[in-house]
Amino acid sequence: MATESTNSETKRGAGRFIAFAFFAAGILAFILALMDDYAGGLAIHPMDQFVVSPLFGDGPVGIFSITNATLWFALAVLAVVLLMVTGTRGRAVIPSRSQSIAELVYGFVRNMVEDVAGKDALPYFPYIFTLFLYILCANFLGLIPTAFTTTSHIAVTAVLALAVFLTVTILGFVKNGASFLSLFWVSSAPLVLRPILAIIELISYFVRPVSHSIRLAGNIMAGHAVLKVFAGFAGALGVAGIAPVIGIVAIYALEVLVAAIQAYVFTILTCVYLKDALHPHH
Amino acid sequence: MADEAENAGHGEDAHGGVEAGLEVAIGTDHGAADAPGMPQLDFATFDNQILWLVIALIAIFLILSKVALPRISAVIAERQGTLTNDLAAAEDLKRQATEAEESYNTALANARAEAQKIAEETRADIQAQLQTEIDKADAEIAAKTAESTDRIAEIQAGAVATAEEVARDVAAEIVRALAPGQDVDTSAIEAAVSSRVQG
Repeated sequence: MATESTNSETKRGAGRFIAFAFFAAGILAFILALMDDYAGGLAIHPMDQFVVSPLFGDGPVGIFSITNATLWFALAVLAVVLLMVTGTRGRAVIPSRSQSIAELVYGFVRNMVEDVAGKDALPYFPYIFTLFLYILCANFLGLIPTAFTTTSHIAVTAVLALAVFLTVTILGFVKNGASFLSLFWVSSAPLVLRPILAIIELISYFVRPVSHSIRLAGNIMAGHAVLKVFAGFAGALGVAGIAPVIGIVAIYALEVLVAAIQAYVFTILTCVYLKDALHPHH
Repeated sequence: MADEAENAGHGEDAHGGVEAGLEVAIGTDHGAADAPGMPQLDFATFDNQILWLVIALIAIFLILSKVALPRISAVIAERQGTLTNDLAAAEDLKRQATEAEESYNTALANARAEAQKIAEETRADIQAQLQTEIDKADAEIAAKTAESTDRIAEIQAGAVATAEEVARDVAAEIVRALAPGQDVDTSAIEAAVSSRVQG
């Protein structure tokens, strides 16, 4: 027993060392890549990282082109598979580490749906869980140096937000019929104010997909652009570039936080909208 | 294609201000041609992104709903079941232990009562036997005492008779010695001795 535990301890230590080595190598590669990018000139192009371009060939981007965006969508799917399928393949009653993480994420989103939108929203849990996992994985994959961040594109987040908006609106009418419109008729307000409030409610309802999508894309894009700007300074300043590099480390830490928080915010807002669709009466 | 160029142009106008300023200041030839202000607003790439996004979302949804979610919910249900079973088994074992303790206590109390009863009986037995023996001994002692009393009375009576006879003989001899040659009135001597012995 004693030797076995020592063995697994050693293995774990080695695993940690390898993970750390990869992490350090990644950061080094990131910094070197940035230095290389800006070695020739001093121009800073913080938006270049968002350009969608074909992976093979040089032509214009057609609808079926395999682009860098395609690659990172595929990697997001792969990350979801690794987390939720490969991680749980043991099906253990006493879970392994990876299974614990999968169960933790599952329980987190499931509780969120149940607490915010109610028990009758649970049939829509797979749909919400899909959105959450995609955004979470895409945000974190985007933090890998030189990665393409799919969630920084308004086209992507607008589709996500519109999908939520349409689903929730159609669901509201299917479940409640015309009484879904009582969502806009604030019955607790004085009668005189109700038409005015109805207009405000209506506007805010249609602004939902806009804020829902721009919040996510804006946060991710801004963070990545700021990282690129600081990296440009680092390249331009030479030895004094250590200051912007420290800045990059700090902003990177913030971006890790933002990646998780934005996935959470998008999901919880989806739950709130779903709750309005299922229980429209104030 | 013309559309694309127009879009790119708009993007440049609207959002390229800061970047253009930087480029002018730093003076590189990095092309405005290949970088519109915001790639996010390059509508030419929208259909491509939306297509692959939808494919990715459908893939994730199918993977989750067909494989991952049933598996995780099954594992969690199984864990819940195992916990419930283990708790029930523990409850059962606890109940059995309590029962065993109760039966042990009952057996102990019974044994104690039995022992007490046996001790009591034995004591009573011994007491009775002892009483009988004592009574028997008392009776024997009483019999012996009566016998002894009789014998003592007999001996006493014998002794008195002998003493009377001795006294009579001694009295006759004394009378004879005191008055030789004279007739001894035997009956008078006997009467005198008898009255003295009685008195």
